Amino acid sequence: MLGPVDYLIWITIFLVELSCVAILLKKRAFTQHFTIVLYLLASLATSAGRYLVLATTGFTSNAYAYFYYYSDAVLTIFLFFVLMGFYSHVFSEMGVSKMVRGGAMLLLGGTALISYHMVASSSDRLITRFANELSQNLYFVGVVLTYLLWGAMMKLRENRTRLMQLVLALGVYFSAFAGTYALKNMYPNSFIWQYFQLIAVWLPVSWAYSFMKVPEEARMATARVLAPNQ
Amino acid sequence: MIAALIFAISFLTLLQFFVTYCHSVIAASRRHELSEQAREISGVASGPLRGDQFRRLVQLLALCPEPGGDSIQVRALSAYFNLLGMARSAVQWTSPSASQWIETERGGCAYVAAVALDRRIQYSRMMLAQQAGH
Repeated sequence: MLGPVDYLIWITIFLVELSCVAILLKKRAFTQHFTIVLYLLASLATSAGRYLVLATTGFTSNAYAYFYYYSDAVLTIFLFFVLMGFYSHVFSEMGVSKMVRGGAMLLLGGTALISYHMVASSSDRLITRFANELSQNLYFVGVVLTYLLWGAMMKLRENRTRLMQLVLALGVYFSAFAGTYALKNMYPNSFIWQYFQLIAVWLPVSWAYSFMKVPEEARMATARVLAPNQ
Repeated sequence: MIAALIFAISFLTLLQFFVTYCHSVIAASRRHELSEQAREISGVASGPLRGDQFRRLVQLLALCPEPGGDSIQVRALSAYFNLLGMARSAVQWTSPSASQWIETERGGCAYVAAVALDRRIQYSRMMLAQQAGH
């Protein structure tokens, strides 16, 4: 049974994501950052779906657990699309974005296969454990890919302020969730994990902030981001 | 074992991404010139802001109606400010130069809070002007 805090977290995430979509539409960034809109819409649909499954089957049911973990894995894949969109923006002038996207897709497929292999070869073959392991690994691959992208942005002296903030916010999100899932795998029985969903607020809020406060044409030297007091 | 390794790496990257994100927010805010009104109301004299003014500015922020979008950023900056406070406590006796750098960073956090306050003051004035017009 969920308490008022759980419902508050759920409604907060839902409203924040809805607001972020509205801001993207208002700022006419829909076409330029289509993958972000796609992710947010998928996340909204997932939130609604989770609520429906929860209301029909209950919090402790297997159906809710399966739906929760698998929808989380699907959302992570949508986040990979967002990341690939960022790669396209950064490498747009070099003409290698297709190669980068192909590599990222291969990595994504490889992660799913490795996660499946790890769980299939273990003694307790639980599907939810596979989903949990897959989420941890997908988020970690997300961390690695975002880190590589950030490194490339520094090397290429990327100076688009908004793009920098969008990528960094995604890096914070991936790292926070990869760390949380890793801790959850180590200590699975703690009650605290259900409140960690609040981290999900970070991404739509920071993206909304970037779209609202940072104009598209704003530029900033990369050195100022690495050491702002210069 | 793998989970522990993933946790350790994720924690380090989280710190790095978070600190760099805060840097980007501070650097972007530096372009914004604080208005005289904002300086007057917040009691900030001309010249660079000091780290110890951050808390007062955050308290003032809480008193202003929010135009939307910056409260989580101010909270993120508060977390960064606290992180810097802990780092300062750890290094102030061993490395005075690092201590000085940390103080400049805390001043940057105060500047972001002042910019947010400036925006909120402008928003409040605009709302008052609109109400007076009706």
